[in-house]
Amino acid sequence: MSALAFDALNVFLLACLVVTGLAIARLRGLFAVAMLSGIYSLLSASVFVLLDAVDVAFTEAAVGAGMTTVLFLATFGLTRSREHAAPHQKRVPALLVAVACGGVLLVALSDMPPFGAADTPVQTDPITERYVETTHEEVGIPNMVTTLLASYRGFDTLGEVVVVFTAGIAVLMLLGRCSRERAEDES
Amino acid sequence: MILAHYNYWVVVLLMMIGLYTVMAHGNLVKKLLGLSMFQTSVFLMFISLGKIEGGTAPILAGEGAVYSNPLPHVLILTAIVVGVATTAVGLALVVRIHEAYHTIEEHEAVKQEQRESGQA
Repeated sequence: MSALAFDALNVFLLACLVVTGLAIARLRGLFAVAMLSGIYSLLSASVFVLLDAVDVAFTEAAVGAGMTTVLFLATFGLTRSREHAAPHQKRVPALLVAVACGGVLLVALSDMPPFGAADTPVQTDPITERYVETTHEEVGIPNMVTTLLASYRGFDTLGEVVVVFTAGIAVLMLLGRCSRERAEDES
Repeated sequence: MILAHYNYWVVVLLMMIGLYTVMAHGNLVKKLLGLSMFQTSVFLMFISLGKIEGGTAPILAGEGAVYSNPLPHVLILTAIVVGVATTAVGLALVVRIHEAYHTIEEHEAVKQEQRESGQA
């Protein structure tokens, strides 16, 4: 892909992402918002493909666009899908805090290395070289993300599994309790 | 050059939208959506940091290939799955709050709570 095509796609997809984000923040119909968040996830998955993170992209497409949308829709089935107007006095302080945080970050951005540069601390760190150069000899799987995830950083993945397990138990405890109460009400 | 920091500007913008949604909206589902938007902005920042101009996806492609950094990809893969787990717990809490107060609006639930404690 030529550099111009890359830049054009990058600018376009990220602009779409911002517009979708604004629409999510403004709309009141929660059903439409859930659908938009699916689009938002798919758009970010496209950006990840463009930025060479193919493994992240298909995880985001499957988990973000697929599973999260289903979770939100299931919640609407159990509750309601219309947002009431919030009291207005919260909006101005919220906007001020968001703009202040964003402003500080924008000032800090000027110290970031330019996007795509090869001499940034992220790229020149010895650990990156170690991973990229030796995975083929040590593990032998062509996909470096797989080797890193399952082998070099296997403990991270174990921690992730623990978090998912804990979350599963928490959801079961929360929802199991309310269905039990409902059964008691009916009897 | 504007494009040198364009990705990071978008990250900051998305972060601001997410933060505003979490703080300004009283609807609990909307708050969770804002939270996941905030998360995605962080994912985008990590992935942007790993990109090398002219690089390719980190899958072995023979001699002389330039790869984007695989380490941020691994960290973000973990973060995406953990993000879904937290969203699931948050939504389960919303369902519980709806069971108890018959509303998913924060201010209505708080009002009911105050009324009940005033009676007691």
